[in-house]
Amino acid sequence: MSNMTEVVRLRVNGDIYEVGVPTHYTLLETLRYVLALTGSKQGCDKGDCGACTVILDGAPTLACLTPVWEAEGSDVITVEGLAGPEGPHPLQDEFDLNGAAQCGFCTPGILCSAAVLLNKTSNPTRLEIQEALAGNLCRCTGYAKIYDAVEAAAIRIKERKEEGGQNDEVS
Amino acid sequence: MNQDFTETAPATTVIGSGMRKVDGLEKSTGRAVYTDDVTLPGMLHGKILRSPHPHARILSIDTSRAEALEGVHAVITGRDMPIQYGIIPWTQDEYPLCVDRVRYIGDGVAAVAAIDEDTAIEALSLIGVEYQELPAFLDPHLALQADGSTPYVHDPRKEGWNGNITKVVELEFGDIEAGMEKADVVVEGDYFFEGTTHAAIEPHCAIGQWDGVGRLTVWSTTQVPHYLHRELARVLELDQAQVRVLQPLVGGAFGGKSEPFDLEFCVGKLSMKTGRPVKILYTREEVFYSHRGRHPFHMHYRTGATKDGKLSSIDAKILLDGGAYASFGLVTTYYSGQLLCAPYEMPAYRFDSTRVYTNKPACGPKRGHGSVQPRFAFEVQIDKLAEKVELDPIEFRRRNFIGENTRTINELRVTSNGFLKCLSSVETASAWEDKFRSLPFGRGIGIAGSTYISGTNYPIYPNEMPQSAVQMQIDRSGRVAVFSGASEIGQGCDSVVAYIAAEELGVPLEWVRVLRGDTDFTPVDLGAYSSRVTFMLGNAAIDAATRLRRLVQGSVSKSWGVKSSEVLLSGGLALWAQDTSKHMPIAEAFNLAEAEHGTLGATGWYNTPKDVHGEYRGGTIGASPAYSFTAHVAEVDVDIETGVVEVRKIWIAHDCGRALNPVLVEGQMEGSAYMGAAEAIMEEQIFKDVDHGRAGLHNAPSLLDYRIPTSLDTPELESLIVESIDPEGPYGAKEAGEGPLHPSIPAIANAIYDAIGVRVDRLPFSPPNVWRAIQRARDEGKLSKPAMPGVTPRDITSETAREGQ
Repeated sequence: MSNMTEVVRLRVNGDIYEVGVPTHYTLLETLRYVLALTGSKQGCDKGDCGACTVILDGAPTLACLTPVWEAEGSDVITVEGLAGPEGPHPLQDEFDLNGAAQCGFCTPGILCSAAVLLNKTSNPTRLEIQEALAGNLCRCTGYAKIYDAVEAAAIRIKERKEEGGQNDEVS
Repeated sequence: MNQDFTETAPATTVIGSGMRKVDGLEKSTGRAVYTDDVTLPGMLHGKILRSPHPHARILSIDTSRAEALEGVHAVITGRDMPIQYGIIPWTQDEYPLCVDRVRYIGDGVAAVAAIDEDTAIEALSLIGVEYQELPAFLDPHLALQADGSTPYVHDPRKEGWNGNITKVVELEFGDIEAGMEKADVVVEGDYFFEGTTHAAIEPHCAIGQWDGVGRLTVWSTTQVPHYLHRELARVLELDQAQVRVLQPLVGGAFGGKSEPFDLEFCVGKLSMKTGRPVKILYTREEVFYSHRGRHPFHMHYRTGATKDGKLSSIDAKILLDGGAYASFGLVTTYYSGQLLCAPYEMPAYRFDSTRVYTNKPACGPKRGHGSVQPRFAFEVQIDKLAEKVELDPIEFRRRNFIGENTRTINELRVTSNGFLKCLSSVETASAWEDKFRSLPFGRGIGIAGSTYISGTNYPIYPNEMPQSAVQMQIDRSGRVAVFSGASEIGQGCDSVVAYIAAEELGVPLEWVRVLRGDTDFTPVDLGAYSSRVTFMLGNAAIDAATRLRRLVQGSVSKSWGVKSSEVLLSGGLALWAQDTSKHMPIAEAFNLAEAEHGTLGATGWYNTPKDVHGEYRGGTIGASPAYSFTAHVAEVDVDIETGVVEVRKIWIAHDCGRALNPVLVEGQMEGSAYMGAAEAIMEEQIFKDVDHGRAGLHNAPSLLDYRIPTSLDTPELESLIVESIDPEGPYGAKEAGEGPLHPSIPAIANAIYDAIGVRVDRLPFSPPNVWRAIQRARDEGKLSKPAMPGVTPRDITSETAREGQ
């Protein structure tokens, strides 16, 4: 079958890519199967589970429901874009320290949702965390360790900012 | 919150502390590789054509139009792989693709490999299948009554038998009727546990790669690579030495990936036909249809107790709705009764369980295999009995405690047992005394207890070889390499072997490398099922590491002229116990040992003790080297206008023997309790009948409509680790991954009763089910807070109540 293809220009984790993709491809398919950025996961392919969540122009977005051309001209950040040269993002480190990732399959999407939350508020309440993650299903943890990790990361981000001017905002 | 059992625990420096996981940062940075993340050069994409009928004969299949489509490289049907498989060697009843009959909507009929997924999907639409529809069995009761006037789901193994019956188990221990005679109260009730499914977030995926000259490699999301390896070889008619199974990290399993699936055979066969790698990734809908989840159980329990609150007799009759294939059903049928015999002493016990085939996706093992359903019924029965004999339900449970170092009535050996600690932990933490029968109407609190196996005593195919093994090598840099065949499905077993290597060999955790997930290069571990891994793999790892440690201690002791037993390996150093200022870097110690003994590697293994069960037929099923124990208290709010149940909090106390890493143990406890609460209030894997659409069609095969809890739906969870230090577990450890699911459901059921005085004996406690029960109670004038035990004394000896629906 001959798929119609089209060249799209994407900005992902700060890099510009110009790639030919089938016109019906989603952003998720493009990330995973064209750009080999496999950190973003496909759990349902219909917007139910949140495993594919990426940050699109600062907002948590379901990459499996986003036609790839819709992402043109936007800033896309995936789980691979959270860490910097200095090491993992505090959220990523705290997920490990707190046992917040068991199988790890929902983790990239949850990290993107949590990063957006921590961009907006430096001291989130438990309910704010729950609301921010309500679109991301986790089947392993019962969410408890995830809340612990997000709270610990919020404290570390605040401290790093106050002590050394480190800016962990994801943008 | 650790309990105070630890004085008998072996002294450790790494074990018992909250450490990072060896794959934790890989997972949180997106570097971790799962099966669908693997792309191979020239890879084709496969798709499976599935039956639209619940029961039909296949009259003909025409694949010519599909084969002619540009981009299609191969089409296969059941005739290409006409060898039956199944996880249990005695009940192999499946073909990778159906040969002459389909048995559920979704059964695989043909498979295609094409240049891309879209082409494969288009090719499926070009395959012509002619079916002759057959009457379908959807109701297990009707399947049980079938007389052969229409074809059974499977042909009977003997003429005159009901081919719909998979397995019947009837076992009786002690004198049931004498026990009932002795009882002052007998409670009898019917319970229904609706089927549920695993819903791991990662869908099943497999890639096959035939090298053209005789070797097949299969990447899979499986949680049983060894069993998959064997079945791939058998069905594809290859030697086991020709097949290699690779298991990338697994994105959740919960029992849903614990047997071979059609896609693994199909990618193998399609790759052998095309000479190209072939990937198949299930859609979420296919995951729901492949299922193998929790069986619906129709249960009838009769339970007697004396007025001083001692159980006297338990009698159970259970019908299991198995779906279209046997899967693990033989084991499930035994487990439905065999795993109930602790933590309470049972003077007399009988169970009579029958599993039937129906034309729905096959049921199998889900976290807490076969014992979650009877545990629900039994713990609610206990709650009813406690009320009748005017006892606090925690006190009732205490009075029936089976003890430690004992045998159950079905002759299973019990060693360590921290159940009483579990009860007191949840009692204290939940402020039970202030709340039980005392919360305002609409809010309630409930208790339940349970036990579970730390691994099955026997492998799935009979053999005398080890159940688990590791290979370990140490090198001149101070590194330790561990080759582990265990299945990392998120529970942390790769980390556990690393913790043990670090503990025993004294190296920092970061210096331990774990090579895993490859049947060519790791020793056999039987798989991630029956909560066996930490216990068995842990002991195997201690065995291997101990052999190496002794060599290193010996060489260092010679160099220092001290006793070998005085050399400690810890924290990256070898130290003299008498004066730790005498020490050397661990790499130097390894070098001394390598100079003395040559290159250093060791294997270690574990096999189960064989004298831990009865000698009767089936007595081995349920046997385990150790049992975990759990108690939960749940607190709920019930809205009597809508039937909505909100679980506010669950206190989880679990005897895991010893917490090798408390953070990971708590994660297992919380994840288990979450999953139990989900089954209690939300989840149901149900199928339409003729009156509600297409018979046999899944009611809601999506993660939106099959409701699983989000962060906002999940109750607050409090973990209370209890350590009993098992005499045979690694450092005293037992399982933690499945046991803590069991009490969630009956604890919630008992809390609903405490809240509004209404028993809901069928799952799930969804608004429609709860609302109907409330309406009945309202009509009967019974909608009120139940009385405090001892507050309204009654003549209990005259009551032999039949309860439930």
